[in-house]
Amino acid sequence: MKEEIFVSGRNIPDIDPFLNIWHWQIPIYLYLGGVAAGILFFAGLFTLLGKEKEMPATMKWAPIIAPIILVLGLFFLFLDLKHKLYFWQLYTTMRFESPMSWGAWVLMAITPLSMVWVGSYMKEMFPWWDWKFKVLNLFESWAIKNRSNIAWVMVVLAVILGIYTGILLSAFNARPLWNNSILGPLFLVSGMSTGAAVILLVSKSHYERTLMSRIDLLLIVIELFFIFHMIMGFRAGSAVQIAAASLFVGGPFTITFWVFVVLLGLLFPALLETLELRGFKVPVIIPAILILFGGLMFRFIMVEAGQITRYLY
Amino acid sequence: MRYAMAIDTRKCVGCSDCVVACQTENDVPIGFCRDWVTETVDGSYPNVVIELRSERCNHCDYSPCVRCCPTGASHIEDGGIVLVTKSKCIGCGACIQSCPYEARYSHPDGYVDKCTFCIHRVRKGEKPACVAVCPTKCMYFGDLDDENSEVSTILKNRKFKALAPEAGTQPHIYYLV
Repeated sequence: MKEEIFVSGRNIPDIDPFLNIWHWQIPIYLYLGGVAAGILFFAGLFTLLGKEKEMPATMKWAPIIAPIILVLGLFFLFLDLKHKLYFWQLYTTMRFESPMSWGAWVLMAITPLSMVWVGSYMKEMFPWWDWKFKVLNLFESWAIKNRSNIAWVMVVLAVILGIYTGILLSAFNARPLWNNSILGPLFLVSGMSTGAAVILLVSKSHYERTLMSRIDLLLIVIELFFIFHMIMGFRAGSAVQIAAASLFVGGPFTITFWVFVVLLGLLFPALLETLELRGFKVPVIIPAILILFGGLMFRFIMVEAGQITRYLY
Repeated sequence: MRYAMAIDTRKCVGCSDCVVACQTENDVPIGFCRDWVTETVDGSYPNVVIELRSERCNHCDYSPCVRCCPTGASHIEDGGIVLVTKSKCIGCGACIQSCPYEARYSHPDGYVDKCTFCIHRVRKGEKPACVAVCPTKCMYFGDLDDENSEVSTILKNRKFKALAPEAGTQPHIYYLV
């Protein structure tokens, strides 16, 4: 029997007995960042593949959401800060060792870029739109002319943004549940899948929906593989990693994780999408909403469970 | 210069004087602490082993808190002391997440606070407050690079351990066992 107590009395808020320093703001921000990364990635990718005409929702309508949720995500990130008036210190340095630092810079680049992207399509989407100022009109024609260049930058930044949401967590070696190299790719794939779900919700074209359903199905399969791979890695790891995995395998997060994330968020929408692709009538809103819900749950569970895991000594 | 601390777990009685001294010296707000005492009990009667440890920031060589800080507020001072610059800290909590020793906390004023090895005293040639008040004299502080310092001498002559070295942090609080 081994027992450990604080003789001197220690009960620091949000730290004892379990770390809970990051509340709801962080998982929501990671989620919104992932969704935006997915939307912008597909917008850029299909521009580079020359499919502007066939995929109006991917190009124009879904990206409207990206800058809105990015700004919202940044706002939640700001809410999480405890020394708020000093937030600008983030933008006085660039620290490559700190994922939060380069993540903040990437957000500072991709948020305005996504606004430029949406701006370049404003007149196509809303014929009555008027920029009012000559400078903005000039800027618009520049953006339209350079759309493929912007798409290149956007694809790269979207991948960095998507993978950063996972690396932000995986860089903490003191939290064994987060500290695994698959978490970055896993969050990236999950973000892209949720981005594809938004496009599915917005799209009205049969061709676009079929294509995005196929892509989403592939992403779900990869995500499932990564999740199993992650848990296998933990089970074959050191004592702290085994303890981390046990939260999901028999521990307090077992049901929430396997039912809400894996079953309802991945397996069930994958089944529905397969049925739809086979020609059955399935309202697209169901798998899309389930994927969006599963992605959110996944981030909440990972952030909360990860903070509980720690080194034992 | 490499400051370190050695704490004799066999002499410590767990009186928590170090904790109170620190709170007084550094104006630690009520309900928070920069150092604390843990008691680990192994075995069951009649074969019981108790270990008392006065714990604090390990002032690691490879400090995850300094690495993950997005603004550079967490940094390493001369002598290996890990400090937080209040006016640079945004209170994001990354360093609190990164510490395997839970040695940092969010100060009610917003910034992150932690043990400073009483750098203001050490620079004047004094010992940290916790070491200075210890009634059993079970704590040793000094420069590891100086072979004749109190801490180097005791580490040469006694068996010791550090906490969670497997976290890869290279901690510098040594527990004599």
